[in-house]
Amino acid sequence: MPITINGVDHELDVDPRTSLLDFLRGDAGLTGTKKGCDHGQCGACTVLLNGQRINSCLTLAVMHDGDSVTTIEGLGTPDAPHPLQAAFVRHDGYQCGYCTPGQICSAKAMLDEIAAGWTSYVSDDVAGSPKLSEEEIRERMSGNLCRCGAYSNIVAAIAEVAEAQA
Amino acid sequence: MKPFEYQQAHGLGEAHQLLVADGGKPIAGGTNLLDLMKLEVETPSALVDVNRLPLGGIVEHGEGLHIGALVSNSACAADPRIRGQYPVLARAILAGATFQLRNKATTGGNLCQRTRCYYFYDLSQACNKREPGTGCAAIGGFNRIHAILGASDACIATYPGDMAVALSALDATVEIHDAKGEKRMVPVREFHRLPGDTPERDNVLEAGDVITGVVLPAPSGGTQLYRKVRDRASYAFALVSVAAVLQVEDGVIAKARLAFGGLAHKPWHDPRVEALLEGEAPSDALFDQAAALLLDEAREQGSNDFKIPLTRRTLKAVLREATGGTL
Ligand SMILES: Cc1cc2nc3c(=O)[nH]c(=O)nc-3n(C[C@H](O)[C@H](O)[C@H](O)COP(=O)(O)OP(=O)(O)OC[C@H]3O[C@@H](n4cnc5c(N)ncnc54)[C@H](O)[C@@H]3O)c2cc1C
Ligand code: SF4
Repeated sequence: MPITINGVDHELDVDPRTSLLDFLRGDAGLTGTKKGCDHGQCGACTVLLNGQRINSCLTLAVMHDGDSVTTIEGLGTPDAPHPLQAAFVRHDGYQCGYCTPGQICSAKAMLDEIAAGWTSYVSDDVAGSPKLSEEEIRERMSGNLCRCGAYSNIVAAIAEVAEAQA
Repeated sequence: MKPFEYQQAHGLGEAHQLLVADGGKPIAGGTNLLDLMKLEVETPSALVDVNRLPLGGIVEHGEGLHIGALVSNSACAADPRIRGQYPVLARAILAGATFQLRNKATTGGNLCQRTRCYYFYDLSQACNKREPGTGCAAIGGFNRIHAILGASDACIATYPGDMAVALSALDATVEIHDAKGEKRMVPVREFHRLPGDTPERDNVLEAGDVITGVVLPAPSGGTQLYRKVRDRASYAFALVSVAAVLQVEDGVIAKARLAFGGLAHKPWHDPRVEALLEGEAPSDALFDQAAALLLDEAREQGSNDFKIPLTRRTLKAVLREATGGTL
């Protein structure tokens, strides 16, 4: 079975060693997803797998026949940006921009996780409903590092979109 | 990464067959195995993808729950039954890694995650766990994250995970199917091993074994806490962690279940400490005795000496909080 990337089917005819990240960037030609550490530590390679955020560097392309992947290219375009993309621009949520695709894919999934009621390590009541706060955003985004240190603007951009959705 | 044969197993029988025939390793989330394969710390000749086995649900099991081996860490921590009745497990899972990693990490793979010893990761260093008989560069080296309990002259590595520490406090059981298709149940407390003179073996799994699930006993109630002490506020492995399930009735500790991460080659469980606490009224003096007993055989290694006072303080803080005192 093929893998579906941003709605388009791709055949998985690759060396089994190919990470999903290398498949996206090389075989599918979608270079928006970035390679940072390649060991699941930095989050630059974050994409949505069947709607959930994952590190695409720590999984093999061949494991994903029949799966659906959304990358930053699938979230929005320069003419029709996703609300998070627009908010990152408005709040200057980056400097060099290398971590940004991963940050935005991660933030998109994070808002869905909160809507689904998933709690985090900093939620007071693990069995209750999570309330969005700056502390929650920081904890939930801790898998996405930004070496320029644009964190406060990233948090502001995400908080704005979260409030608009609420 | 070294080349390997990749196969998908569609049933348990097929998984065993492939594992035995090719001397391969199961791959689930891949978040630990692929990390180690990229560094060539692990070089399996074959990978058997177990993700298509029907092991993805959490179902009632007697008075407890059966968590399928493929249930993701995220799904487990988000399950209302786990959050409501086994909060120490949800908290421990949420204390580990990140949302991205937990979405991929599975219950079976998490149990089997390997140590984070820096020398284990570094192919230029002696390491009995990676290459038996080569020695242990951590002994006498930089061993800040290493064990203070249960270590051997061959290996002083720690088991790095959080989830299994909570499972140990809850006295959960690992369900394993062997290469012949036979099922065996191993208490989590006996699943991971001490290093002894065979540190290459982290746990009791044999070639061809597949973990099919984890069974939680009936919910025990009580106050359930997981406290993790680490170098950063988020996204770091535990230096020391404590999972606690405590019940106080009529002013005395009726039940105490405690397990510790970051101290040893396995989640550490010491029934002597629980026995000392049970039947007694909570007090600072009692907590001091509990910490002293827990650490009576602790051995420091040079750079990890701080773990002894850190463990003492963390245990006392958890006991105070769980028995209604202040931090
Ligand atoms: C940057 C980073 C930070 C992390 N931080 C933490 C942390 O703070 N706390 C924490 O607890 N963990 C942490 N982790 C580890 C993470 O939790 C593990 O990588 C994950 O749980 C492993 O699960 P997996 O399904 O991806 O396993 P895999 O990588 O697929 O497999 C791991 C091992 O388990 C074996 N295996 C898998 N499934 C089965 C099965 N069903 N039967 C038999 N054997 C099986 C594999 O053969 C392999 O040896 C971190 C990881 C990374 C990369
Ligand atoms: S502590 Fe264990 S894992 Fe680390 S170098 Fe020594 S033998 Fe290897």
